[in-house]
Amino acid sequence: MRKNRLWLPAILSLFFSFQLIAQPTFPENGVADPRHGHYAFTNATIVKDAANTIANATMIIKDGRIISVGAGLAVPAGAVEIDCKGKYIYPSFIDIYTDYGTPQRQQTGGGGGFNFAQQPQLETAIKGPYGWNQAIKSDVDVYKVFGVNDVVAKPLREAGFGTVLTHVKDGVARGTGAVVTLANEKENLVILKEKASAHYSFNKGTSGQAYPGSMMGYIALLRQTYLDAAWYKNKPYMEGFNVSLQSWNDNQGLPQIFEANDKWNDLRADKIGDEFGVQYIIKAGQNEYQRIKEIKATNATYILPLNYPQAMDVEDPADARFVSVEDMKHWEMAPSNAAAFEKNGVPFCITTSDLRAVNTFWSSLRKAMEYGLSESKAMEALTKTPAMILGIYDKVGSLEAGKMANFLITNGPIFSEKTNILYNYVQGIKYGVKSEDNIAGTYNLTVNTVAGAEKYTLEVKSSSSLSMYAKDTMNNRFSFDGKQIKLSYAPMQRRQRPAPGDTTQRRPGGGFPGMGGAQTQTLPATATRLSGMSNGTEWNGTGVDSSGNALTWTAVFIKAAEVKTDTVKKKDIPAMGKVTYPFLPFGWDEEHQPKQETILIKNATVWTNEKEGVLQNTDVVLKNGKITAIGKNLNEAGARTIDGTGKHVTAGIIDEHSHIAAASINEGAQSVTSEVRIGDNINPDDINIYRQLSGGVTSSHILHGSANVIGGQTQLLKLRWGANAEDMKFKGWPGQIKFALGENVKRSNFNIQGGNNRYPDTRMGVEQVLVDAFTRARDYKKQWSDYNAEKDKLTKEKKPLTGLIPPRRDLELEALVEILENKRFITCHSYVQSEITGLIEVAEQMGFKVNTFTHILEGYKVADRMLKHGSNASTFSDWWAYKVEVEDAIPYNAAIMHKVGLNVAINSDDAEMARRLNQEAAKTIKYGGLTQEEALKLVTLNPAKMLKVDDKVGSIKVGKDADVVVWSDNPLSIYAKSLYTIVDGTVYFDRQKDEQLQKEVDAERARLVKKLNGEKRSGAPTIPAIPSYQIMHSCSDHGHSHGLLVIDSDNLDNN
Amino acid sequence: MKKIFLALTFSGSVLFAAAQANVLPAEKQKTPIVITNATIHKGNGEVVENASIVIVDGKIKEIGTNVSVPAGSEMVDAKGKHVYPGIILPASSLGLTEISAVRATNDVREIGDMNPNVRSIVAYNTDSKVINTLRSNGIVAANIVPQGSFLAGSSSVVQLDAWTWTDAALKTDAGMHLYMPSMLARPGGGRFGGGGGPGGPNATPQTDPVKEAIEKLETLKAFFREAKAYNATSTHDETNLKYEATKNLFNKTQKLYVHGNTVKQMLAALDFVKEFGFDVVIVGGSESWQIPDLLKQHNVSVILQQMHSLPTTTDDDVDQPYKAAAALQKAGVTFAISDDDPQTRGRNIAFNAGTAVAYGLSKEEALAAITLNVAKIMGVADKTGSLEVGKDANIIISTGDILDMATNDVTDAFIQGRKINLDDKQKQLNSRYEEKYQIKEKGKKGF
Repeated sequence: MRKNRLWLPAILSLFFSFQLIAQPTFPENGVADPRHGHYAFTNATIVKDAANTIANATMIIKDGRIISVGAGLAVPAGAVEIDCKGKYIYPSFIDIYTDYGTPQRQQTGGGGGFNFAQQPQLETAIKGPYGWNQAIKSDVDVYKVFGVNDVVAKPLREAGFGTVLTHVKDGVARGTGAVVTLANEKENLVILKEKASAHYSFNKGTSGQAYPGSMMGYIALLRQTYLDAAWYKNKPYMEGFNVSLQSWNDNQGLPQIFEANDKWNDLRADKIGDEFGVQYIIKAGQNEYQRIKEIKATNATYILPLNYPQAMDVEDPADARFVSVEDMKHWEMAPSNAAAFEKNGVPFCITTSDLRAVNTFWSSLRKAMEYGLSESKAMEALTKTPAMILGIYDKVGSLEAGKMANFLITNGPIFSEKTNILYNYVQGIKYGVKSEDNIAGTYNLTVNTVAGAEKYTLEVKSSSSLSMYAKDTMNNRFSFDGKQIKLSYAPMQRRQRPAPGDTTQRRPGGGFPGMGGAQTQTLPATATRLSGMSNGTEWNGTGVDSSGNALTWTAVFIKAAEVKTDTVKKKDIPAMGKVTYPFLPFGWDEEHQPKQETILIKNATVWTNEKEGVLQNTDVVLKNGKITAIGKNLNEAGARTIDGTGKHVTAGIIDEHSHIAAASINEGAQSVTSEVRIGDNINPDDINIYRQLSGGVTSSHILHGSANVIGGQTQLLKLRWGANAEDMKFKGWPGQIKFALGENVKRSNFNIQGGNNRYPDTRMGVEQVLVDAFTRARDYKKQWSDYNAEKDKLTKEKKPLTGLIPPRRDLELEALVEILENKRFITCHSYVQSEITGLIEVAEQMGFKVNTFTHILEGYKVADRMLKHGSNASTFSDWWAYKVEVEDAIPYNAAIMHKVGLNVAINSDDAEMARRLNQEAAKTIKYGGLTQEEALKLVTLNPAKMLKVDDKVGSIKVGKDADVVVWSDNPLSIYAKSLYTIVDGTVYFDRQKDEQLQKEVDAERARLVKKLNGEKRSGAPTIPAIPSYQIMHSCSDHGHSHGLLVIDSDNLDNN
Repeated sequence: MKKIFLALTFSGSVLFAAAQANVLPAEKQKTPIVITNATIHKGNGEVVENASIVIVDGKIKEIGTNVSVPAGSEMVDAKGKHVYPGIILPASSLGLTEISAVRATNDVREIGDMNPNVRSIVAYNTDSKVINTLRSNGIVAANIVPQGSFLAGSSSVVQLDAWTWTDAALKTDAGMHLYMPSMLARPGGGRFGGGGGPGGPNATPQTDPVKEAIEKLETLKAFFREAKAYNATSTHDETNLKYEATKNLFNKTQKLYVHGNTVKQMLAALDFVKEFGFDVVIVGGSESWQIPDLLKQHNVSVILQQMHSLPTTTDDDVDQPYKAAAALQKAGVTFAISDDDPQTRGRNIAFNAGTAVAYGLSKEEALAAITLNVAKIMGVADKTGSLEVGKDANIIISTGDILDMATNDVTDAFIQGRKINLDDKQKQLNSRYEEKYQIKEKGKKGF
């Protein structure tokens, strides 16, 4: 062991002033100095890869490459032998997700939503032969802008990395990444693979262009770009030269890496890939453990960051009140993310990306291991897996002859708590990381003062701590930087003198764990000060004594410190709460998953919504997700029986107009965005799903917002609490699309700096946007039919198809063609009679139908016209007076339209009101005198009709879906509560069970607060409690406050 | 003349094109009115069946099952109907804001942090088209509240049937309104993720909002101390309108309405009770259910501003906001229920109270929360808020339970004994289009 003392101690932060590797094409300024870096590392434990370790082995390197690795190898002539007894050699790590060496960028755009109060940048601001959208930067090749940056490289090397993949983290398509080593050498030499990957994200980065301004916009942009790029392969002359599309195509053969950063975004990214036959490698977030089954099903390899939420200070109950169980539990469970991947067999790499600082890598990695990540998996994730992905396993990722000499030398097993990385060799060049702590031991110090030699014994503990004594103990301050020594000392003051054997005074690194830094002892100004250098087993230097006299000194190594064996037992994985679905309060864990049941509701008042009307003392059977029987005295073997005596049974409430459960709602950057789809960004982690179930809602129609004339495609959901995005979707529903008219699309009610610059600014312009869009759609349809006819003709004539270029597929127009072909149906946000009539006229002229007018507060004025056109109407019960276009809104609107013969619904457009829709419907009894049955249909059967799902839901009828609510009272009464809300025969809300769940939420909360408080008391750093704000999306139509912690998505900063 | 007019209005005729311009304030009560055969909900918790109310000179003269009918009385048969005190909207921008999106119609928020001298009553527009829609739902009075960023000015209580604001005023400058600075940390820096993932919550806030708020409140307390000293002497070299505007707070003819929701905001408000002896009313109070005992102990009243609201946190009981009223009731806190919804402007106040019934209040307690309790908080309980002898005859009649929208149907309303016209712009538009479509009868299809 002591032999190692003879090593040249590592010198931290050493900058090489000359190139170690000579480049033949570069002229030499001086005398040639060829070197080959020929070394033999002997007697080491060599870990070739996660699976193969050789004891007492030798590795020989030369010219930056490994010549041979094995046991019993002879040291070749010309090689310098380095004795690595007691040391370990590992392949250095590979970080597949960095922007190392790329130029700094100004983040201006970002993922913010559409800002109603700002003039949008409608076109790209970049000059050149690029594509239309500034966020598509597929033409960027990082190797062209890459520059070695040792300030960034050094901490990565110190963390054990030798190779990284770097790319410019800017844009939705980010161009190509390059594999580079972290050697501080000329760029030519460190680039291992200049085009190793292609990168994508849901973040437009520096693009100030307004589109895309939403998650669905990002997805739509990617989808359209895939199509455009495929079309561009035909070299369509009308497109000219488009470097963005060309590069996009060129990059397709590379590994495709998608930065998603969140469990749902991971799935969204993977889904885009599936559409175009691309399997992305996905840069994950920290919350994939919450949906690991879905994550596994992507078949993707993931890149895991190790940043975890910081512990919050929740000592103050009034502050803790606003921190949700969700956030606290995520703090608790995030370190288990990597372990969840391993346990479920999902392949992954590990990155330093997203860490607050690279030097927290090891503590974060060890935390992941404490939570169950195995050593071998960690090793693989840091070496072989990324190397295989990038096709560089022939160069790096393991220690084998022929590979690059990228390796680490450590003083113990690398993942062991006490081990340090001593050296990181990159391309055969040594970079010191941590001085070997081999100075520990006993030394005899001789200080040659004017008065003669003074003798002391030094017990060196570390490079910053020793104890020093002769007869008396001396207070001292000591440092050793690998070469230089500094030591000051003075006799200890009487009151400071510790009891014999007490060493606490000299304990290094005092204070709380994690605080860092040695506790310095106070020394008087008269202390003797020594400085010098280590020459191996001997230190020599000069100094000044307490009186200012010069002196010299020598310290001689006597014996090594006793090494304490590491007796730390493997810790158990810390206890954690259970993952619930969704990862929210009132979610269910796997053992309590709500199941489809056979249910017999006995003796209830049943509101059928059918010709049978309201049936008294009636039974209903739900089986296999359907309503199977309605009648008296029914029996159903094995059924769960619900006593319906005194209770009311209705079909589940259907909300025609909702904005819950979506990651984004408005893609407002253009006036026509029919290509965006709410269904692309469903967010099942919305507490409002559960809250609305508690109000009897079973289906919600999630609409695009009203920022533009032709908004996005909508999504009908069933409120299957805990299901993933795809499973929440209403199956067998023909799609709809949101349109909007009036003040919102004119942006009338926003104080836009510089004024509105987005067409249209008047209702006249709104009409023209519609005319133009459908004219283009008709032309588009014709282009395709012409093309197909020509193709058929040529095929029939057995002529070659070469030269026949298909039209560009345009997803915006395809959605409009679907409308023209009666395959997609419109729901149009609208208020005043002029615009209602205007849209109807356009529709009739262009040959489509306006399926539903939603909001439609002046529908009562033109109900006859709407009826003639064949529209449905979905409105608010009693909203008005908040803007000019609702000045003539009246609560009698629904009743008048109903009496005129329209199919009318009452909708919410509001997460709060949605849980009282039965009561909103009841207002039509007050305003307009509808019967109770008519009123109930406004929120059940009628919306089912306008959504074209009345064959499945909306009434209590045998054969329909078992979407049923059991109410405590007449469902139109303000005193009525949903006791059971059932979707597909599965009870998703049970008022009694809800009480139990509330107790569990409270208990979980108490447990987590206690745990966080314990963390704080144990000295761990905490950050102030941050209230758990919720983002709520809306039409951007009205100013309804939703409580202290709700942030309207429109008010989010656009950064 | 007026009777003919009323008959026309209620017949559903469409002779009037000018929306509600012809809804005139009612004249002073001349003949006694007796409402008979009614279920009378007094507002103070008492219910009397088959009872009568005698109204003379705008006041309730007698109430009960055995009343003496003055000669020449106009008889109102309320058989099968429910009679209630007129509802009072406890905190509203009524008459100050007509269309919130149109700046020119907003007279609700003055520039500056310290506006104790600003008075809402002078901007109250008796011709607001919103007013009549509230009367149709049984609201006869309202507290007209200025908005602001700190000390916003004084509110006044008005009755809703008047030619001018001077006619409307029931009690002027009855409240001074303080909008508490936020005491909630906002996420600093980090943007919210788009995926429902954990994006922003861990971004560290830049400042401590509670400390900042407390510092700001200290400046207000200093102001009040100076104002108190100023008002203690009668002559001043320089007049300070802001100091003078606080005079009634100190003599307790004015209350301090503190707009806030969090526990810390409410606790900070107790300073105004302890140091200055003000009568404090919390407006908002969404978290008041957490400290009802402390509020009771300090005699602080609460106006629950928006009961129809989502729970504050994801961890809360899904029905938590609906249960807040019952928690206050149980602790004996004087509280009112309001309706602050900007889309409906307060007309659903009775249904907010109805919701509180579904979650723990009795119907009569809920009624008190929109009538007598409001009057008590506003300091007008001597005049109104309940059906008791000697009080103003502010009375509404509904065919059914007024707290439930399915049965709420206000057929008659009296303000100070004056039978008011319950027509409004929306009813008129309804009539106009019933005419267009030839809809003959309520509840029947036109064609």
